[in-house]
Amino acid sequence: MHIVVCIKQVPETRDVAMDPEKGVLRRAEVAGKLNPFDLYALEAAVRIKEKLSGRVTAITMGPPQAEEVIRESFLMGADRGVLLSDPAFAGADTLATAFTLARGIGRLDSPDLIICGVQTTDGDTGQVGPGVAEFLGLPHVSYVRAIRKATREGLVMEQDLGDQVAVVSLPYPCLITVDKGIGQPRLPSFRRFLETKDYPVITWGYKELSGGDEVYFGLEGSPTQVERIFPPKVEREHVVFTDGDLARQLYQKLLELKFVG
Amino acid sequence: MPFAKLTSEHIDTLRTIFDPARVHVGEAIGEDYSHDELAYGRFYPDVLVEPISTEEVSQLLRFSYEHNIPVVPRGMGTGLCGGAVALHGGIMLSMARMNRILEIDQENRMAVVEPGVILLEFQKTVEELGLFYPPDPGEKTATLGGNVMTNAGGMRAVRYGVTRDYVLGMEAVLPGGEIIHLGGKVLKNSSGYSLKDLLIGSEGTLAVVTKLILKLIPRPHRQVSLLVPFPDLDQAIDAVPRIMGAGIIPTAIEFLQRELIEASERYLGKPFPDASAPAYLLLAFHGSDELIDLYHQAAHLCLDAGAFDVFIADTQERQEMIWEARGAFLEALKGMSEIDEVDVVVPPAKIAGFIKFTRNIAQDLNVRILSFGHAGDGNVHVYVLRDGRPQDEWRVLLEEAMERMYLEARNLQGQVSGEHGIGFAKIPYLKDSLGEAELRLLRGIKQVFDPKGLLNPSKVVG
Repeated sequence: MHIVVCIKQVPETRDVAMDPEKGVLRRAEVAGKLNPFDLYALEAAVRIKEKLSGRVTAITMGPPQAEEVIRESFLMGADRGVLLSDPAFAGADTLATAFTLARGIGRLDSPDLIICGVQTTDGDTGQVGPGVAEFLGLPHVSYVRAIRKATREGLVMEQDLGDQVAVVSLPYPCLITVDKGIGQPRLPSFRRFLETKDYPVITWGYKELSGGDEVYFGLEGSPTQVERIFPPKVEREHVVFTDGDLARQLYQKLLELKFVG
Repeated sequence: MPFAKLTSEHIDTLRTIFDPARVHVGEAIGEDYSHDELAYGRFYPDVLVEPISTEEVSQLLRFSYEHNIPVVPRGMGTGLCGGAVALHGGIMLSMARMNRILEIDQENRMAVVEPGVILLEFQKTVEELGLFYPPDPGEKTATLGGNVMTNAGGMRAVRYGVTRDYVLGMEAVLPGGEIIHLGGKVLKNSSGYSLKDLLIGSEGTLAVVTKLILKLIPRPHRQVSLLVPFPDLDQAIDAVPRIMGAGIIPTAIEFLQRELIEASERYLGKPFPDASAPAYLLLAFHGSDELIDLYHQAAHLCLDAGAFDVFIADTQERQEMIWEARGAFLEALKGMSEIDEVDVVVPPAKIAGFIKFTRNIAQDLNVRILSFGHAGDGNVHVYVLRDGRPQDEWRVLLEEAMERMYLEARNLQGQVSGEHGIGFAKIPYLKDSLGEAELRLLRGIKQVFDPKGLLNPSKVVG
């Protein structure tokens, strides 16, 4: 089994700065961490590896410091890491990112399974995973909340469709994006740190990935542009009930706010 | 002199001192106010008042003094030994509404607060300003006043010390109503007897604190926790002196046992991030760039001491996952059974011996005894579980277990309470552990502050 996990370094806080000129996130200015949803992707991959044996490759696109999240994936059980990094990749939207990742994965010995986190905590689009599948011509299942069965031939999964759950069976090769129900991600292991500290991180740039189609990379290959980034407005209301039938009043309020009923 | 019984005239007078909306009588006094966090029966005050100023506290204590009515000060009632319970009825003085942070002096790194400020809110407020209040008792919804009155310790005591180390000054009201000011915005003080230190840990038996001046430190840049699985608890605890002996002082060193972790998982409805071991050490480190070296050293020492592995919690999410589980132990325990606790502190090197001793008692008396606590500073919280035993049997069993544990703690040169205080539940054990002369001094001090014995009667010194 060869499982590839797509991961991403995201800003540690939600207070991200934006470059007003380019309309992109200033990633270099804030400390990074591994996208929380990718922890679940790694966990799912490592669990399948432990059951069926094989190896796990973590792949990311980002600036050179994104090597940190590859190193972190080693501590959770990844065996090999690839960093796609080049100034030409900068400013990529979800389409260009998916394209670049697909190119990177295309250079690996062919994976049976590709796992992505359902979305990132900085962009929240959930588009990159399915995008990678499309570029690679693979079937995919998004919003996987549980893997019921993993065999050498394929997966049986529960896909969360919001108001219903689909049980999907899919043979390899395929791509899935996983949500938090998949299982508690393990903590990084110090023993793994000692084992993997000399592991190389394979770095590929524009030279390795391009095939004369540079217009699909980076800012240039991005049909969407970020106009403005702002935290969602949170509206809070403070209501105090003091007299009378408190339970009824509380129930009415919840009903009014559509939390019940 | 016996206390006077509260009359309706008294209550009318109280309604002139306080806004009547802040004077509660009879059924208007919630059940919560009749007990603290451990079960020792129910004791209701005759009246509950909620002051909002020092002046009101002063007037109330004058009233109490003139009419010979006992007063019990109370924060959020999260104590564990009956300290804030009105054993003799009378007036309960809830300090919860005096909850303003009056000043955060960034230049001097100090804060002036009212006693009803909740610990969690205070920590959050100062951290947003790049400052840090190190005392970190498990119960985050306690008030700072309550923390000071019990000299609460908590997880970070290994490195930063306890609440006492962060109290620089206070304003307090004496029985009779006089307002006193002790200490101040100073970091050193050799000006006579330290009355401030006498009030810290006095559990509301000497005076009522109305303002606190607290010391802050710069917020550490980075935090890392290590969760270290061991084949058994003895090996886990035996690793602690190795770490400390190497000159590595973590912020916290806790020990965790499987059974409590599972209880905590059930209570929180969240899985703990590892299930591979029966016992763990949990280490926290605060610092900046030197941090990585430090925790790598500690990790190597743990592996040498027989740890299966060392898990690194380097992000906020990972840390919260672990510490939330640790923080829920007490609530999880309470959900399992009626419990009673021992909060002894022994010399740090003796802690493994003490835990082994409690396990032997559990076997010997055929009762469940679970413990968690601060492996780095020798303070353990040991809980005896009732598990549905009939009351008579439980009382006898509990007394036997308690007596044996306190005796062992004494033999190990430990103390009755590390951080929860004496209240009324632990008075007999305090008496057993102190000599005649020491008890005489304690009683003498109480007499000087509170000659009529009106303030939180029958607590600490009886």
